[in-house]
Amino acid sequence: MSSCGNSARVTEARRVAIFGGTHGNEMSGVTLVNLWVKNAAEIQRKRVETKPFITNPKAVEKCSRYVDTDLNRAFTPENLSAPGGDDLPYEVQQAQEINRIFGPKGSPEAYDVVFDLHNTTSNMGCTLILESSKDHFNLQMMNYIKKAIAPASCLVLLNEHPLLKYSTSRSVAKHPVGLEVGPQPQGVLRSNIFEAMRVILKHALDFIELFNEGMEFPPCSVEVFRVLERIDYPRDANGNIIAMVHPNLQDCDWEPLNPGDPMFLTFDGKTIRYQGSGTVYPTFINEAAYYEKQQAFVTTRREALVASAIGKV
Amino acid sequence: MEHVSFSPLSRLAICGGTHGNEMSGVYMVRELQKQKVDRKGSVSITTVLTNPRAVDACRRYVDTDLNRCFTDDLLSAPITDSTPYELRRACELNAQLGPKGSREAVDLLCDIHNTTANMGICVIFYSSNWIALHIYKYLQSKITSAPVRAIHLDTPSSEAYSLESVGKHGFAIEVGPQPNGVLRADIFNMVKEAVDLLIEWLQKFNSGSVFEGGKVEAFTPVRSVDYPRDPTTNGITAAIHPELQDNDYTLLHAGDPVFKSFSGETVEHEGEDLYPIFVNECAYYEKKIAFHLTKKITLTLPSISVKKD
Repeated sequence: MSSCGNSARVTEARRVAIFGGTHGNEMSGVTLVNLWVKNAAEIQRKRVETKPFITNPKAVEKCSRYVDTDLNRAFTPENLSAPGGDDLPYEVQQAQEINRIFGPKGSPEAYDVVFDLHNTTSNMGCTLILESSKDHFNLQMMNYIKKAIAPASCLVLLNEHPLLKYSTSRSVAKHPVGLEVGPQPQGVLRSNIFEAMRVILKHALDFIELFNEGMEFPPCSVEVFRVLERIDYPRDANGNIIAMVHPNLQDCDWEPLNPGDPMFLTFDGKTIRYQGSGTVYPTFINEAAYYEKQQAFVTTRREALVASAIGKV
Repeated sequence: MEHVSFSPLSRLAICGGTHGNEMSGVYMVRELQKQKVDRKGSVSITTVLTNPRAVDACRRYVDTDLNRCFTDDLLSAPITDSTPYELRRACELNAQLGPKGSREAVDLLCDIHNTTANMGICVIFYSSNWIALHIYKYLQSKITSAPVRAIHLDTPSSEAYSLESVGKHGFAIEVGPQPNGVLRADIFNMVKEAVDLLIEWLQKFNSGSVFEGGKVEAFTPVRSVDYPRDPTTNGITAAIHPELQDNDYTLLHAGDPVFKSFSGETVEHEGEDLYPIFVNECAYYEKKIAFHLTKKITLTLPSISVKKD
């Protein structure tokens, strides 16, 4: 992608993938991808090949998040180049296979866009996850999607934090896009959540088709929530949780959390308050899969990013 | 109806983690154990994390569903090297809290569960269990944080398959909606309130209070409904319809939408008017149940009190 002032030329997005089942118990993505593997009519667009793909079939079969290790943390340079074949953890083998098919990560041969479909038990609504504030193609796509589904809301989470960023399945692509829709329990398929994800993907593919046909997108401002820090549950000396997300914070993803606001509630009814220096916007509040990752929620701050004008090369 | 007297209910067992990813019970038992609660007044309390391996793995079960292991047949089957983990646990629990049907069994067994369905607080009991029904009546009169309902399983004791059948009297407390693996403060506090009220009732009972009889409404299962499935792959082809989702206990009439297929068609309820429960319970996909259909019944409770020597 070359950038000149406020405008960028981006190569056409000819190869697009839609990943489902990166976590085997997040049912919207599993269901949509299985549907499209059987009949891809809905995801066809002119001038683009769109491949639906189940990334973690063993976890999908077990209806568990993963078999050996979290696939969505597995795409590190070390893992992708690790020798050992069948002795490697299942998800590391999968990561290498996915990197062969859709990457190699970081190379010119990599897929142009990968959408990775996820659900969360948090009340996050529809959330697009961005890995780089300088990906103007993705920023323009996200702006397009937000406008297309208005007045329904779709927020953008930016995870560019050097320590909290992680090596996702979608990171094999030139333009990785995470799609997280909640709240939905693991192992459960809710109709409204499924349909919301489907609509977002429809608009995303429409954007790609318009872009590939030559449409120019003028500069725009995109509101994002930038990840600041991870907050764990209060724990005792043995690592056991000693408090729960406070009822005032539960389900309040994206709402301001001010210093002094209730944050956790102990089992015997005491309130623990947020002690930060300023207002933050919490998200991933009480996500089931994050108990083992020592995360009760993440804090974010609101930022307006400017997306350069883009057009195809 | 004649007044009924019971022996004192002095031994209570509170169980959690029967399904290892239903977090309210896991944390309720852990908290009681941390505070070393073993007696409250006239009631001695045993707390048990019933499926520790499933709790450690944060899964419903390891080999097989523990809460289907307590029929008389399964409890009397010989244990071999190939006996699944949960069947062994069932026998251990039967020895610890039972034996089922004997004089040594705990007086009251309360097993704590969560559901992903929007069911509020449910007291689930077998047949005409007057103790469980009076406790239900008491909880229902005192709890305001969520609706409290009774689910009546019309099964004879020998075929009763769940843990609470091990006690002389028993019931399950089922609270939702809560995702597997998640601990919600509001749901935990409902469970805590129910357990506190249960202990309060037992103390009142043991000290001689008379609990008046009367009529009580309960829901009893009639049949279950599976998801529409693809005949070749057996995969589901529809989701619970948005108009049914989260509407447990709202009466379904013929023609009401129940499923919405992935291609947009609506499947409708057929037959008599019934109340749906366990709508979109995660664990029931593998049991081929999208929801249970129940009818409302009215049970007549006798007044009860403790036997005076």
